[in-house]
Amino acid sequence: MTVAVPLSLTEAFDELSRTPDARLIQGGTDLMVEINFNHVKPVDVIALRRIKELRTWQVNSNNTITIGSGVPYQEMELGQLKELLPALAEAARTVGSPQIRAAGTLGGNLGTCSPAGDGLPVLFALDAIVHLQSALTSRDLSIHEFMLGVKRNARHASEIITGVTVPILDGWQGYAKVGVRNAMVISVASACLAVDKKNNSVRIALGAVGPTIIRCRDAESWLVQQLDLATATSIDTTIAQEFGRRVALESKPIDDHRSTAEYRRHAVGVLAQRLITRAYTS
Amino acid sequence: MSTVKQDTRLRDILGTSALRPDGVAKVMGSFSFSSDIWAENMLWGATLRSPHPYARIVSIDTTAALLISGVSAVITAQDVPGKATYGLISADQPVFASEFVRYMGEPVAAVAADHPETCRRALAAIIVNYEVLTPVVDPELAMLATTEQIHPDGNLIRHQKIICGDPHISGDITVEGHYTIGMQDQAFLGLEAAMAFPDSGGNGVELHIATQWLHEDRGQIAACLKLPEDNVRLVLGGVGGAFGAREDISLQVHCCLLALRTGRPIKMQYSREESFFGHVHRHPAKIWMKHHASKEGKIVKVESRMMFDGGAYTSTSPAVLINGITHTQGPYQCDNAVVDGYAVRTNNPPCGAMRGFGVVQACFAHESQMDKLAQACGLSPVEVRLINAMHTGDKLITGQVMESVAPVERCIRETDAIPMPEPLAANANVLELPGGSGRTADRQNIVRGIGWGVSMKNLMYSEGFDDFATARCTLSNGIASLKFATAEVGQGFVTLAPQIARSVLGVDDVVLETSDTQIGSAGSTSASRQTWMSGGAVDGACRLVRERLFEHVGKLHNIDPIRLMIEHTDVIDTIGTFRISVAEATQGITLSETFEHHHRKTEDLDANGQGNCHVAFAFVAHRAVVDVDIELGLVKVVQIATAQDVGRVLNPLSAIGQIEGGIAQGLGLAVMEEIIMDNGRVKNPSFTDYLLPTALDAPSVVAIMIEEPEPQAPLGAKGIGEPPCISVTPAIVAAIRAATGKALSRVPVRPQDICL
Amino acid sequence: MSESIGNEMYTLRINGQDRHVKDAWVGESLLYVLRERLELPGSKGACEQGECGSCTVLMDGDAVCSCLVMAATAVGADIVTVEGLIEKDPSMASTARTITDQISGQITDVQRAFIEEGGVQCGFCTPGLIVAVHHLLDKNPDPTELEVKESISGNICRCTGYGRIFAAVEAVVQVRKASR
Repeated sequence: MTVAVPLSLTEAFDELSRTPDARLIQGGTDLMVEINFNHVKPVDVIALRRIKELRTWQVNSNNTITIGSGVPYQEMELGQLKELLPALAEAARTVGSPQIRAAGTLGGNLGTCSPAGDGLPVLFALDAIVHLQSALTSRDLSIHEFMLGVKRNARHASEIITGVTVPILDGWQGYAKVGVRNAMVISVASACLAVDKKNNSVRIALGAVGPTIIRCRDAESWLVQQLDLATATSIDTTIAQEFGRRVALESKPIDDHRSTAEYRRHAVGVLAQRLITRAYTS
Repeated sequence: MSTVKQDTRLRDILGTSALRPDGVAKVMGSFSFSSDIWAENMLWGATLRSPHPYARIVSIDTTAALLISGVSAVITAQDVPGKATYGLISADQPVFASEFVRYMGEPVAAVAADHPETCRRALAAIIVNYEVLTPVVDPELAMLATTEQIHPDGNLIRHQKIICGDPHISGDITVEGHYTIGMQDQAFLGLEAAMAFPDSGGNGVELHIATQWLHEDRGQIAACLKLPEDNVRLVLGGVGGAFGAREDISLQVHCCLLALRTGRPIKMQYSREESFFGHVHRHPAKIWMKHHASKEGKIVKVESRMMFDGGAYTSTSPAVLINGITHTQGPYQCDNAVVDGYAVRTNNPPCGAMRGFGVVQACFAHESQMDKLAQACGLSPVEVRLINAMHTGDKLITGQVMESVAPVERCIRETDAIPMPEPLAANANVLELPGGSGRTADRQNIVRGIGWGVSMKNLMYSEGFDDFATARCTLSNGIASLKFATAEVGQGFVTLAPQIARSVLGVDDVVLETSDTQIGSAGSTSASRQTWMSGGAVDGACRLVRERLFEHVGKLHNIDPIRLMIEHTDVIDTIGTFRISVAEATQGITLSETFEHHHRKTEDLDANGQGNCHVAFAFVAHRAVVDVDIELGLVKVVQIATAQDVGRVLNPLSAIGQIEGGIAQGLGLAVMEEIIMDNGRVKNPSFTDYLLPTALDAPSVVAIMIEEPEPQAPLGAKGIGEPPCISVTPAIVAAIRAATGKALSRVPVRPQDICL
Repeated sequence: MSESIGNEMYTLRINGQDRHVKDAWVGESLLYVLRERLELPGSKGACEQGECGSCTVLMDGDAVCSCLVMAATAVGADIVTVEGLIEKDPSMASTARTITDQISGQITDVQRAFIEEGGVQCGFCTPGLIVAVHHLLDKNPDPTELEVKESISGNICRCTGYGRIFAAVEAVVQVRKASR
């Protein structure tokens, strides 16, 4: 039984090769719940929290940002990260509680890959690239290929998620999440909308209404035909409503103890309508 | 005789916001909750629980568990030496299930081991063969004679009617409705925990326990352990909230059994998930109610049928039912009533005491009805309530006369006079909108509604139960010591008791002795009763000591004791000039008196529900202002205004704490708290999915405390713990109705109820 | 403790001191280790999943849920519990108002305000809240009402309804402002 706390990625890979079945732990906000609830009995653990490389972010020369998988959500809520990725900042603010935001990370959300993960709709809307590294290899995977299903992803056991890269889009972006109380809620339904003026497109991604995050491509291509996304300064209520209706149609929600499929479908439609209205209200 | 300089400084007597004596320890983290107790040589205990709501136990094999290194004991039903069952009213609940398990989570076995993880492994190694049966989960079905009786005592726990006045009378106006109240959980934060120390001979045990009623626990535990009660000593461990959930036995017997079996101290504590299964919940209920009234809105008759789902075991269901049906009329005059109430057994989780105790359910129904009545008669919610408001001297539908002070009109008018909150600003912060940081709403999506709720709540226990309280006061060298078994669960009795002693005896230094079973019972910390009952006991004991003090001083200084009184911190002669400080007067002597406070006798209800079954009542009005996102069904409670009939404010800080805390719990039931069941299975036993109000859900509370001293109450003060959580729930729902136009007949209200 | 459960050994820095842990099970949370191994029972556990904040401690200056920190991975971090607040900020110490014959210890201004404003009932949520409030005021000495609420939105209180807690925070803010 070992607990390793490597100080660098190289050390981490050494540990991983020694104990290939080791559980990776970053903020602990998912894994520790599993352990506390007796669903997981860890044998070997590799903690990533002291690996500085994973806790940094940078703006790249090609107008993208790379965020290390160990950057805590609370850092995304402010400063330049918030300026450049306002939807991510909004999503980060809704993660759990302030205590959770101090520990929780995108790497964790990606590792767990729950459709209710708050950061994931933003990554899907931005067509994020997920960076994976193993001792000998590194690869980049589109987020759309990374998330495979409920709590299933394409990471190999020998790989560590080192970060994500997202574009800095020119255009409005925002996030909304429905929960029954006014703080600390698991998403019942969520949505991220991002306008890409340069490419005259809009992206909308839904959380908690399907086995994976859903990009509503039909609704997106329909909207492109209704207005000039790059130059419009307002949007017809009927168009916004229709957009919401079409988004709702692409959702695949289920009934569970948190909510009903009917409500979730209704909610994402409302969120989509409101988000697109906000995007095109001067 | 001595001349003592008069002491005029402010003292922590009754009426002041004296501070909690345990406050320093609590803020430092050094206050010992029962989960903080540690003992040399201790083992950990843990419970195996049934995963099925209804099943026959075919076999239990503990051999593998016993073989695990670090495991010291594994016990089941056959290891219970005494009574196999326990219960507050009917001893129908097994210590460990033997033939059947009747609810998901019912205890089947327990283990003692060296580490909580060893315990978990041991539990996983116990093999229980179940024959899974079809659970009975609908109380209406459970009641039918053709339905399987899931317990030897039958499925009907209690049935009681109330027939009063003319059952056939009718009114020009009738309004009716079917109302559903979901299963709320007390969700105290301080999880169940205890430490049991076995006596070396094995003939006794000392249990340190967080509970609401030490003596009641002791009686049940002793019977199961087959030990004399004197050999079962209970000491109150620090209690992290209760709200009714600690009235029933949870881990007490298990912990003691493991201690006696292993000969070592045993610590048991529940996880949050286990806690949801380990205590009773608020009864879910279905209530049909019909009001007949005159065209002017005056109630002529109320009819109701109430169905309380008691779950698998009796607990306090019989009493909860009585509370529910006897409060059908609410705080309103009503001469005629036909009420039918049922408490039924099912394979759902056992239900019992939770703050409000049956009246919460009845109140949601009667307040929803009052708003329907208002609408039918063209009256405002305030007008219809004022027209029907109860007064002292009115007769209840049980035939009992309302002898308590009953300032219902005043509660309503003073609440009505509280200023409304500011309207929601055009540029309101996102955190002020429903949905909060989820950014779901824009300002234009929000509609504001206002709603009302008024309630009546009985105080103390009913139907002939003598829930007395005991206290001992000892005065020596200017210091008063108080001993009582009253369970402090956070409500502040430990603050009040010294205030009483200071007021009565003129001392400042008051010491609280350990709360344990070394003194007589204080009754339960529930039913809004401890200020009245344990306060009465402390007051009584202090007064007796004061008499003895006056006798002593009178004798020494040749003054007729009848002339003596306490002024500030001195004994003075009311006629002469003699004055001596209490401290000096009690130098070198010890005066000690024990007092039992009993409330007046109450009666059983007859077959028609007639009888003086309650002791006293308190009243309160609530007005809720709620913002609603109409399209998404999300809610933000903005303000709760309230005027509560408190009799007398003994500690303003403690009082407002009870009011604000109770309101938060009522808000929880209104919009977010529910144990979700699916065919006997609990779907949300965690704080992720059983939602409690956070700081961002808390409304602004504006509270007025109406002081019309209650002559029956020993200190003039009524109980204040329950009223704040009762009518606030229907007030919030009424506000949502006003904002949305939706009928909303269930609590908690869910987003889909509002917008779909 | 039996060999089969654990033999983890590590050192944590708690309240300015090095504390050694041995024979530990790898799955133990920091909360468990503080309470059951290091005699620091001030932090409380009420949910084991980061949904109540009762276990809040400071870790490298951040307020985190100690029930979600795997203790063995917290090596190298600077951890402050409710018991360590007073040493952390001695300039803010104030004498407790003695109202029983309890030993009157040194407590922080936040702790004092919680008592004086009625922000303590059962007290189970209190240590976590005290840590969270200290953290808030360290970072933001003059928070708005909403900033206060958002910063303690991860600390559940079941007894008070939060009214007196808001009053306590406001009282500290005013006193600190006045003394600046």
